[in-house]
Amino acid sequence: MRVIQFREALREAMSEEMRRDKNVYLMGEEVAEYNGAYKVSQGMLDEFGPERVIDTPIAELGFTGIAVGSAMNGLRPIVEFMTWNFAILAADQIINSAAKMLQMSGGQYSVPIVFRGGNGTAGQLAATHSQSFEAFYAHVPGLKVLTPSNPYDAKGLLKAAIRDNDPVVFLESEKMYGDKGEVPEGEYIIPIGQAKVKRTGADVTIVSFGKIIKIVDEAADALAAEGIHVEVIDLRTIRPWDEKTVIESVKKTNRLLIVEESWPVASIASEITFRVQRMAFDYLDAPIRRLMQSDTPFPFSTSLIEAALPNTGDVVRVVKELMYK
Amino acid sequence: MAKSGGSKFSKAQYLKWYESMLLMRKFEEKCGQLYIQQKFGGFCHLYIGQEAVVAGTISACTKDDKHITAYRDHAHPLGLGMHPKFVMAELYGKATGCSKGKGGSMHMFDKELNMMGGHGIVGAQIPMGAGIAFAEKYKGTKNVAFCSFGDGAARQGALHETFNMAMTWKLPVIFIIENNNYAMGTSVQRTTNVTDLSKMGDSYEMPSESVDGMTVEAVHEAIARACDHARKGNGPTLLDIRTYRYKGHSMSDPQKYRTKEEVKNWQNQDPIDKVLDTIIKNKYATEKQIEAIQDRVKALVDESVEFAENSPLPDPSELYKDVYMQEDYPYVTE
Repeated sequence: MRVIQFREALREAMSEEMRRDKNVYLMGEEVAEYNGAYKVSQGMLDEFGPERVIDTPIAELGFTGIAVGSAMNGLRPIVEFMTWNFAILAADQIINSAAKMLQMSGGQYSVPIVFRGGNGTAGQLAATHSQSFEAFYAHVPGLKVLTPSNPYDAKGLLKAAIRDNDPVVFLESEKMYGDKGEVPEGEYIIPIGQAKVKRTGADVTIVSFGKIIKIVDEAADALAAEGIHVEVIDLRTIRPWDEKTVIESVKKTNRLLIVEESWPVASIASEITFRVQRMAFDYLDAPIRRLMQSDTPFPFSTSLIEAALPNTGDVVRVVKELMYK
Repeated sequence: MAKSGGSKFSKAQYLKWYESMLLMRKFEEKCGQLYIQQKFGGFCHLYIGQEAVVAGTISACTKDDKHITAYRDHAHPLGLGMHPKFVMAELYGKATGCSKGKGGSMHMFDKELNMMGGHGIVGAQIPMGAGIAFAEKYKGTKNVAFCSFGDGAARQGALHETFNMAMTWKLPVIFIIENNNYAMGTSVQRTTNVTDLSKMGDSYEMPSESVDGMTVEAVHEAIARACDHARKGNGPTLLDIRTYRYKGHSMSDPQKYRTKEEVKNWQNQDPIDKVLDTIIKNKYATEKQIEAIQDRVKALVDESVEFAENSPLPDPSELYKDVYMQEDYPYVTE
């Protein structure tokens, strides 16, 4: 199978959907003439023209509100944020307008829109440029939240997001845009709300999502060499998350570790933990564990970054603790 | 200020304005009474005094144009021709309301009438209004979007971001400041160094004018000019429409920030009285015909209250409807 970059997978998803539906357009800072701050939209201006690939001024609140209004009036915008940190300025339009329009209009005005961009830590960018927003947006009814971890999922999920009739928050990573992976030629859609069991195993279930799942994969290999077989679930969709797949796995392994690149308080791990203890309490042979980034604004210095983020060794250690080894 | 003599408009137009504005006035007066009687809850922002702004806008637009406004939004659907019973039922939170009882006073919607809300977050409708216009331009129509907001909302940063893009992209949006001089209890004079709000578009070179909002003809003519400009592809206009709300910001406002004389001065230029004067002076209607209009309006308002009172509340199962378009969305219920 052919191998392409994460950014190319996203671009293919957007371009295919824009060829399919003339109401789909892309808007954001540097998406057109500059070809994308991270080259996700490279070449799209040439193909679709300035009416459909639209450079905006640096005005997140304004252009997000314009996109929401256009979605109420029949269009299907894709809004690119250079990073999700900047989208905090647009949170009013995402949370107060897009997420609530359908309900407050009594079902009359839907907002079919995709908000997408880089999320999470991305090296030495310091605290304001290093935040993860899964829990922040998953908290809000009316939104759907997706976090792909590889090029294949990125393409299939973004196509699903663009076709979805609800507002979708799509969380990528500056650190993943160059990642390569197998992506078949031709069209495919990955349904929203379905997790992927990446690796089967009987000893411990590990739930993760986004780029930090890479340390889980590495730990799984290391543990396998020691005869410990973990089951790895990539959540892919954060809201609504695939509870059934997680519960079924926990009923088999009786042990659960959640690895999340975000702060611990009121996190996705918190929510998963609640649901698992509620639905599978009698199956648990050990307290649920989680590995999170530090409960601090993200640091700048490399030594502090190392201390702030969980690593492969941490995953190996906690899996063994879960097994009382 | 753009003013008008009045003779340019037909008898039918004057009678329509009179009936429409009188309905807004009587409907809102009834809302105020019902609110005090605790017939419905939530906020309640009345449009009394400002009727000419909506009436003059709607008489100058076409039925395919789009409308979005703030939370002082009872008059807009009435002006667009919605039966007042659907507005009243919405205030009561009844299933028969124009937003199925899910929006309330601040969130009146009607897709058939292109009434795209009532929005409760101050100024959020400014970029959304430009976005509605963006979609019209994208689809190649000649329709315009009317985006109304108060002098208070004009102080949100979103206004500047939106003005900049609306001018850069020449969006067919007409920004209407329903300038009643008070952001809740804070006057324009206390919140800005530049009290002439028509200048707010200047740094974007947005065409603008101040309009006498107590004179429906003046509003109509200003809106018509702005529509013509937008439909030709020339982009937005900012209209600073000077009006006044006779009542408080909401029902809980003691109004200590203004004098009774000030209110009285504005009431002396009442837009409905002026239209009625024109009708009487020009013999557009007999006394009997005017009474018939008044009776019709009263009957409509009474019918609305009865309808709202007798309508059912939403079934509890509605709680999990209209949140997502996806019909089988798996809500977390514990």
